[in-house]
Amino acid sequence: MTPRQKRFWFITCGIVVLCIAAAFVLNAFQSNLVFFFSPSQVFKGEAPKNRLFRIGGMVKEGSLKKGSDEIEFVVTDFSSEVSVHYTGLLPDLFKEGKGVVAQGRINEQGQFTATEVLAKHDENYMPPEAKSAMDKAAIERAAKTVKQNP
Amino acid sequence: MIAELGQYILILALLVALVQCVLPMVGSLTKQHAWQYLARPTAWLQCALIVTAFGCLLTGFLTDDFSIAYVAEHSNHLLPKPYKVAAVWGGHEGSLMLWVLMLSIWTSLVAYFSKSLPIGVISRVLSVMGFISVGFILFILFTSNPFLRELPVPPEGRDLNPLLQDPGLVIHPPMLYMGYVGMSVCFAFAIAALITGRLDSAWSRWSRPWTVIAWSFLTLGIGLGSWWAYYELGWGGWWFWDPVENASLMPWLVSTALIHSLMVTEKRGGFKAWTVLLAIAAFSLSLLGTFLVRSGVLTSVHAFASDPTRGIFVLCFLAIVVGASLTLFAWRAPTVTLGGTMGLLSRETFLLLNSVLLSVATAAVLLGTLYPLVIDALNLGKLSVGPPYFNVVFAPLMIPVLFLLIPGTVAKWRSANLQDMVMHLRWTALVSVVLGALLPLFIGEWSFGVFLGWTLGLWVGLGTLQHMFERILKPGRIGGSFWGMHCAHLGLAIVVMGVTGVKSFEVERDVKMAIGDEVTIKPYVFRLNEINEVKGPNYTASQAQIEVFNSGESTEILRPEKRHYLSSAMPMTEAAISSNLWRDLYVSLGDPLPGSDQQWSMRIYYKPFVPWLWVGVLVMVLGGLLAALDRRYRRGSSQTPLQTAGQALTTVSQAQDLGHSQNNQLVGENQNHRPTGGNSDILHGTHS
Repeated sequence: MTPRQKRFWFITCGIVVLCIAAAFVLNAFQSNLVFFFSPSQVFKGEAPKNRLFRIGGMVKEGSLKKGSDEIEFVVTDFSSEVSVHYTGLLPDLFKEGKGVVAQGRINEQGQFTATEVLAKHDENYMPPEAKSAMDKAAIERAAKTVKQNP
Repeated sequence: MIAELGQYILILALLVALVQCVLPMVGSLTKQHAWQYLARPTAWLQCALIVTAFGCLLTGFLTDDFSIAYVAEHSNHLLPKPYKVAAVWGGHEGSLMLWVLMLSIWTSLVAYFSKSLPIGVISRVLSVMGFISVGFILFILFTSNPFLRELPVPPEGRDLNPLLQDPGLVIHPPMLYMGYVGMSVCFAFAIAALITGRLDSAWSRWSRPWTVIAWSFLTLGIGLGSWWAYYELGWGGWWFWDPVENASLMPWLVSTALIHSLMVTEKRGGFKAWTVLLAIAAFSLSLLGTFLVRSGVLTSVHAFASDPTRGIFVLCFLAIVVGASLTLFAWRAPTVTLGGTMGLLSRETFLLLNSVLLSVATAAVLLGTLYPLVIDALNLGKLSVGPPYFNVVFAPLMIPVLFLLIPGTVAKWRSANLQDMVMHLRWTALVSVVLGALLPLFIGEWSFGVFLGWTLGLWVGLGTLQHMFERILKPGRIGGSFWGMHCAHLGLAIVVMGVTGVKSFEVERDVKMAIGDEVTIKPYVFRLNEINEVKGPNYTASQAQIEVFNSGESTEILRPEKRHYLSSAMPMTEAAISSNLWRDLYVSLGDPLPGSDQQWSMRIYYKPFVPWLWVGVLVMVLGGLLAALDRRYRRGSSQTPLQTAGQALTTVSQAQDLGHSQNNQLVGENQNHRPTGGNSDILHGTHS
């Protein structure tokens, strides 16, 4: 082979490898995106039925029930509520009246089963996702009150 | 007083850094020697000032001066002394001080250990580092000043986040920052070389030891972070694909590629443009890491109360650095000469593949880390990229990296013979496959994953040992870089085997236990004996006493705790871990459960091979240090006072290298290089 041909094959192989890697990466990427929904969005049925997603908001005061196997609590953005079931140990900073983000699936009855309840690292820190859910609901509520009392 | 003093000194340091940035650069471009010679003294002066400013902040912490807002927010009278020191970098402002401190230390080390470098080069390098320092000191003074006072003075500080009160945290950030900031050295060398347009093998030789040392610190920092997460977060995981972890992994991957690419640039004069690009990328990703971690866009223990101006400042600085260096690169790259020819099958090819694969892996991690942030910034919704993405993408990319590693170390420069290599490595390959297939049967269930992981781990480990053994049998002194390279590769093999082992054989049980209950995992029986209240210096805790039996015999008692810190009312899980070389037993205590009989939730994990991760990381770090301490870096650089002669010499030694490696199929890189060291000594002798 001439050096020119060699270089050609070299570059071709490189491009093919890169393309395969890119296809591979993007495919995996597509199937592993975990979207975030607020309780209001879940209530309106915007959340996918059998795909992993995240939900965030406040843990409703007095809603935490620790059964023998399962833990149940309600996540609220003060407009809508979603009941969450979870088996396992809760993170250290999980508390009623504090922000929380849970990852899991929702079934036909609208019950959310969490596979993971995400930890916060600081008592004063609010997960950005939970905060954004609360803010969004607050804006919607404000918009509603404006409409009702023109 | 101490806070004001610290602030004044920091402003002084800024001015000195400005001088260090501007004058030597102008001097080197206009050939004014006096200005160039300012580079070293200003670097030392700046370092002294920054150390003093850092000392002022430290004194604030040690004397419990709660009138300084930053101290009040991160410390407390009751905080044990070592943690008061660690609290200096426990928050945003202080961690930036640590960044700048590290930078000034690196700068003065470069100034000190570069005596043999031409003054033009060193003045440009120190000037670039001065520019980075100016940027960061401005950042501190304008957006995150740790010396601000708080009035009225609070009687008591808010205490350090309990998660951070841990020996791991005392050393993790300094090590990681040494790595991040160390990337600025090879960046500065690359920029200095681009400015003159002289990208020769001397340039790559000067930056190699610095890059390798920075890489070692980065490796150690990441390892310590992972270790800390493992035992402190109480979840038993050691890598979460958290954006913050990714932020440190990306510079690591790129700097690994850089180290290997620098080798080609030094030995064969090839990949010059690519090496420069990797050096720019490594430092840019370090800056990006700082931005991601410090701007508050991420949910993590590292993200502090967010202030948008901070994020914007770092982002602008990042844009200037990346934009300017890429522009410079685009301007200069066409003048870069190509290295010697390389065969399709040669060591260069393997190193190129290593570079490409590591870069693709970095790009994949970057995509997964930045995509959610971009989508969020564009207001297109909130999402996250799950860890499965990273696992699915990263593992397949590492398989060829590991497989090609051994042929890469065995192949000759320029042109290798496939048949020779196959003949040479066939027994190692066979033994790896057989052991990889058989060993899992003795330990647990056989699966393809564990077979593949262990085969690759054994392949890297045994291949490296084979190569080392063959080299030892040959006569001649063996240089540090030979030991370093193989040591680092052995470390990698240990990590790979460890990761595969944990992932395949770990057993995790979340259970409820009352006093006297037992849980059995493999040969181990865990019995909960009692739960007591204990008191620490600034917390109270519930402490469980769990007795471990191994085949009926009581072997040890584990004491996991649930701590409640007095000043922050924040609960903390303190896991108890029993380690030996083969496995960890990991117990963490949850909450008491309601009901008539006092039951507690409990995590009991059996984690085989976890210690291999830490051992492997340490072996890699050791390898990096050995390579950086190679004698030829100290002596070899002395050839530069006579530029032209030095260059002629490099060509001669390259020619010698070629002859050498053709006679000798399996030479280590150090052996190739001995003639240069010898010759440059002679040169140095005549010169002085």
